[in-house]
Amino acid sequence: MSDIPALARGCAVLGTGGGGDVRTGSLAAVRAIREYGPVPLVSLADLPDDALVVPLSGIGAPTVSHEMIHSEDEPRRVAEEVERIFGCPPSAVMSSEIGGSNGVIPVAWAAQLGLPLLDADGMGRAFPEVQMVSMYVAGLPADLVIMSDVQGNVVTIRPVDGLWSERLARAVCVAAGSSALMADYVLTAAGARGAVIEGTVTYALEVGRATEGVPDPLGALQGRLGAARLVTGKLTDVERRTTGGFVRGTATVEGTGEDRGRTLTLELQNENLVAIEDGRPLAMVPDLITVVDTETAAAIQTEGLRYGQRVTVLAWPCDPLWRTPKGLETAGPRAFGYDLEYVPVEELTAHV
Amino acid sequence: MSDLRVGIDVGGTNTDAVVLDAAGRVVAKAKRPTTPDVTEGLRAALDAVLAHLGEARERIARVMLGTTHATNAILERRNLGRVAVLRLGAPATTGVPPLTGWPDDLRKAVSAGEAVLPGGHYVDGRELARPDLDAVRRFLDAAGAEAVAVTGVFSPASGEHERLVGELVRDEYGLPVSLSHEIGSLGLLERENATVLNAALYGVAADVTGALVAALAERGLGARPYLAQNDGTLMTLEHAARLPVSTIGSGPANSLRGAAYLSGVADAIVVDVGGTSTDLGVLAGGFPRESAAAVEIGGVLTNFRMPDILAIALGGGTVVRERGLGPDSVGYRIAEEALVLGGATPTMTDAAVAAGRRPPDAPGWRVDTSEAIADMLQRAVVAADELVADAVDRMALGRADRPLVAVGGGAFVLPARVPGAGEVIRPEHGEVANAVGAAIALASGRVDTILPAGDSRSKAIERAKEEAAARAVAAGADPSLVEIVDLLEVPLSYLSEPAVRVHVKAAGPLTR
Repeated sequence: MSDIPALARGCAVLGTGGGGDVRTGSLAAVRAIREYGPVPLVSLADLPDDALVVPLSGIGAPTVSHEMIHSEDEPRRVAEEVERIFGCPPSAVMSSEIGGSNGVIPVAWAAQLGLPLLDADGMGRAFPEVQMVSMYVAGLPADLVIMSDVQGNVVTIRPVDGLWSERLARAVCVAAGSSALMADYVLTAAGARGAVIEGTVTYALEVGRATEGVPDPLGALQGRLGAARLVTGKLTDVERRTTGGFVRGTATVEGTGEDRGRTLTLELQNENLVAIEDGRPLAMVPDLITVVDTETAAAIQTEGLRYGQRVTVLAWPCDPLWRTPKGLETAGPRAFGYDLEYVPVEELTAHV
Repeated sequence: MSDLRVGIDVGGTNTDAVVLDAAGRVVAKAKRPTTPDVTEGLRAALDAVLAHLGEARERIARVMLGTTHATNAILERRNLGRVAVLRLGAPATTGVPPLTGWPDDLRKAVSAGEAVLPGGHYVDGRELARPDLDAVRRFLDAAGAEAVAVTGVFSPASGEHERLVGELVRDEYGLPVSLSHEIGSLGLLERENATVLNAALYGVAADVTGALVAALAERGLGARPYLAQNDGTLMTLEHAARLPVSTIGSGPANSLRGAAYLSGVADAIVVDVGGTSTDLGVLAGGFPRESAAAVEIGGVLTNFRMPDILAIALGGGTVVRERGLGPDSVGYRIAEEALVLGGATPTMTDAAVAAGRRPPDAPGWRVDTSEAIADMLQRAVVAADELVADAVDRMALGRADRPLVAVGGGAFVLPARVPGAGEVIRPEHGEVANAVGAAIALASGRVDTILPAGDSRSKAIERAKEEAAARAVAAGADPSLVEIVDLLEVPLSYLSEPAVRVHVKAAGPLTR
């Protein structure tokens, strides 16, 4: 793993508006590779059944982690705690969410720990809440959360289920200054099979490379993702409000060119959740909706949406795991408070 | 009587100077080629307007300079000071040490050493750690720097630790020091980068201000000098000496502000047509709309707010060919090369003249060509109009009623109607709009911080407004005329207490 710029671009696209800015994570990864050498990328098949995989993610407010950058000691402390609990050191690091900063910065953590990075993650995109991971959907017990903060505090939580892990981890995170490193779930390679989404690091790299030095970055990106182009236009309104610790909001894109006369609204909660035109949804969670710069095809985060930007909204299918009943219960439209029956994006956009 | 103002803009091709009277009328203007050392071009343009003024030169009260000096110094790694880079963030932030991601040559030219030492704050105002002043001394003793840059975590909200270390540096080492909370907004690395560049530019700033002061003294002018900064506002030389990095990007800002002033329109799309390129920007309330993207300077990411500018490869000197327009340009050689000026290269100027578009001072221009060339020129005008219409549409925010203000030496190449914009306004003196923008610039101050969104929100925002106004006054604004010109609130996620990120900007005319 050494092609950080491509990985970062891909992770930004898979961030669906959330997951944090990839810039700081990219610098951390570049620096760690320089200091500790490149990070081997391994697949689950490369690991023995009893090998421990530690899924890591930064938890907190993106604005905070962009200012109070993590301490280099955080991953070591989590790894030491894993060894204390399991009696053996971890064999690989995994990104809990491939979308946004949390997809890039695990390269730095793996380098610092001298461990390989598993070519997999727990979301295939970005989601806002701790229990919204494939391991939870696969039915693995969410009975262990290890957190490490900038001061060196280590907190181990034994929650009774995924919802409590979200609630307690969030409380610890706030006490730690709204930024911490977290391992929720420690997996054996055997237990990870079928419970993680495999190949997503490679996929993010491919998505990032698709737009490199091509004359039509938007077309190249759309083709690589197999995405539907929901609208091309400009952002004419961004409304934000804070409720329950999350920024919710609505962004309005007015079509230009071929799309003149069309108006698309995006419902946001850190990530882009639902795209609506004329009261009819065109795409919804857990399918992926990303806003990109029409010119460069670079993804734009929800916090970076600004009046007047020239954007294209892309949407494409999520991993099949999220379309199972438990997957939809965990991260479908109703899990985010929308009274919508999930319909796959390819059906909603069949006519587009 | 001291009622005249001089504005000077040192651009890539030309150095423009204007003189405004008390009523704000342009009473003299000049364009001279920009010279490699900048100061010669500056003197030439200044002398040209002074010659125009004659005896009235005694009445010049102020001179405002917009310059690319600092930008060029960074791009060329020239005359940069050696900076001790100090971050107050430990035990946090060690995952990305200072100057990570800098180009090696720039880092070598600038850094006298880097350290992450205890200090800084949490988002809620608690201390991350007490600063360790002995550790600061040990670092500075070893660094042997010419200047110091100090960046503390969350300093835009809590600048106390930076100030503490700043005092130590001044009192015990006598070195100039840049404190990040005076320079940039939230986003540690970008703010730190800007702070380090600022500290590296102290010598360059001294050269520029020295050259300006000397040029004024040589000409016996008692005028007070100011520098223009990247948001279209001014600062005193003392302020510029402390914050030289703020002069970066003043050119487009001046052109936008000058266009607003000359046209009397506060909300418009401004199209500044030069010799080689055309810059488009948007005026909102008389100020440039700012870019949301982070700004890279010399390969280093900073978090300055810069005007949102769209540049297209179209200018009066753009070469016209059978297969289309440019993107190359004859640039400053237009006076010899263009067909209408007796040259042999068909340019955008010729195409515009053939289409009946002429600068107001050259009504007699005409093009005599073969039918083949006439056809080519005609196609060029159509292509150029499409380029402009597309660029205007990209800047227009869904509003087609906003007027278009055409400025710059090549403004005449624009058509009388542009799709996506309202009326096309061509203000008098538009060819020197950027120098006018420098002459009329206001003094400003900014605050960018995180505030609670609960019951104390409105009080906290009032305090932020007062602080921004105080900073504007420190930059030279008249305390009685300072206004809040920009207020932006963005709610933050994942915090226990609801909080908002607040950006406030205050601006006002200079004290008399």
